[in-house]
Amino acid sequence: MSAVVPAIASLKNIVKRYTRGKQNIEVLHSLNLEIPDGEFLALMGPSGSGKTTLLNLIGGLDRPTEGEVTVAGQRIDRLSGGALAKWRARHVGFVFQFYNLMPMLTAERNIELPLLLTSLSRAERRKNVHAALEIVGLADRATHKPSELSGGEQQRVAIARALVADPTLLVCDEPTGDLDRATADEILGLLRTLNREQHKTVIVVTHDQKAADFATRQLQVDKGSLTDVAAASRP
Amino acid sequence: MKFLPLLWAGLWRKRTRTIFTLLSIVVAFVLFGMLQGVNAVFSNALNAAAVDRLSVVSRISFTEPLPFSYLAQIESLPGVAAVAYQSWFGTYYQDPKNFVFSFPVDPVRFFPLYPELQLPKDELAALVRTRTGAVVGRELARKYGWKIGDRVPLHSVIWTQANGRSDWQFDIVGIYDAPNDPNQGISFFFNHSYFDEARSFSKGTVGWYVVKVKDPAQAMQVAAAIDRRFANSPDETKSQSEKEFTQAFIKQAADISFIVSSILGAVFFTLLFLTGNTMMQSVRERVPELAVLKTLGFTDFAVVVLVLCEALVLCLAGALIGLAIAAGIFPALKRVIGEASLSWSILGLGSAVAVLLALVTGLPPAWRTTRLNIVDALADR
Repeated sequence: MSAVVPAIASLKNIVKRYTRGKQNIEVLHSLNLEIPDGEFLALMGPSGSGKTTLLNLIGGLDRPTEGEVTVAGQRIDRLSGGALAKWRARHVGFVFQFYNLMPMLTAERNIELPLLLTSLSRAERRKNVHAALEIVGLADRATHKPSELSGGEQQRVAIARALVADPTLLVCDEPTGDLDRATADEILGLLRTLNREQHKTVIVVTHDQKAADFATRQLQVDKGSLTDVAAASRP
Repeated sequence: MKFLPLLWAGLWRKRTRTIFTLLSIVVAFVLFGMLQGVNAVFSNALNAAAVDRLSVVSRISFTEPLPFSYLAQIESLPGVAAVAYQSWFGTYYQDPKNFVFSFPVDPVRFFPLYPELQLPKDELAALVRTRTGAVVGRELARKYGWKIGDRVPLHSVIWTQANGRSDWQFDIVGIYDAPNDPNQGISFFFNHSYFDEARSFSKGTVGWYVVKVKDPAQAMQVAAAIDRRFANSPDETKSQSEKEFTQAFIKQAADISFIVSSILGAVFFTLLFLTGNTMMQSVRERVPELAVLKTLGFTDFAVVVLVLCEALVLCLAGALIGLAIAAGIFPALKRVIGEASLSWSILGLGSAVAVLLALVTGLPPAWRTTRLNIVDALADR
């Protein structure tokens, strides 16, 4: 008998509509989702299925048209813009397909960005940055700018940036979409390690089945609705 | 301070564009510093005007002469301590570009009224006894290498001698100092008696009277009394404080303040568009990066402050470099514009203008970031 794990994220009756020009498009239809704390969840689906929209709602980047989004014990769909920004800083680490690093900043400065919003001293920030660099295996690339790093290294820097403020969950939008297979596996392995050893809740959006196989649960997003694909059981 | 690397990264993202914008701001503030410095020279002249001295000129125009006979009548009025007179001689030395501020005066009357001009007694005496004698300011003597004993020809653009010649010969018999304001050391004074005897027209007249009042608090009453005394005469007077007179005198040549304001207005108007465009472009190009900052938890306010600080650093750096260059140029231009310097008030004004420029050019792009939708920006929509 397995213990009931409390949900870190809970989405109830989520409807999301966009207006593009004169068109009103409903992307998510009455969607419900519970994500247990410490889960590695893969959201799969074809382009335009609504998986990134769903991820944005969980990460507090967007608000639902209808429904409730509760993450880390907070009802975030009701927060103001400023409060939501502060909430994101405290609870969510983001990893994007194209890394989205600041091109003029070195790896360590990029990683330090979320910490600038905290009250940590310079020494504490440096310590945390170097700890994050150690975790992603880039301690020797700290002073390199993104243009001096490979795609895989840039994504590791992005993961370090997502980790450095010790967020409640990691939200990754196609984190391996721009990487070759071997590098993609390295990145996914790193995310799995973070999930297993640091007990981070990881949510990955991908349309790559091999990437999804790293997750402990896979959900299919199709035409704005969710289908449980498989509950992966791994040692 | 912790945001400094981020600020620097934003500015240095397009290095060439930032450098050129910075250079534009530097040039504008060099001009600002220079023009304000020149303006300050004239302002100093106004500020140096004594409160116990009045200038009495013709009501029609101060270029109209007044009868010499007014001297005794002004002297007899209550509240008047002393009276001197001067005329505008309008001369250059050797070349029209070597303009010389020269005035025929009665030295015995004139120098006691101007204690700020320090002339040794023996040199004053030499001036009184030498018909063609002249005393010159220390700066003017230095400029042309004149010394006591030199015979100097000046060409008047107004006054001809009875023989029809416009060249006047003078013997330098003294050099005066103006320790409180070196810009007062550029004048050339000579005997009014020589001038009046030799000139071909307007004999028996003076350009204006200088009246020292017994009590500065009563200066306006004395001025009114002088004007009343000559009311309804062929030569009505206009008596005013020395400051008002100097102001009118400077405006006769040019409204320096207006010229300075106009040039600077045009320069900063152009700069406004240039810097504004740079800031706008800079923000437009960084929309995805700013969206990432917002994603990471930077609030709208934090991003607005960041963009405004970028504009502030750019404008303030340009302003300070420009003003420093202007301060460095002034000593080299001393021979042309006289003793000018960049005062703390001009530095303060320059900094304030830079801050204003930063706010005006930084606010529109900063405001734009508040309307930035993270999801759209990240999706490059």
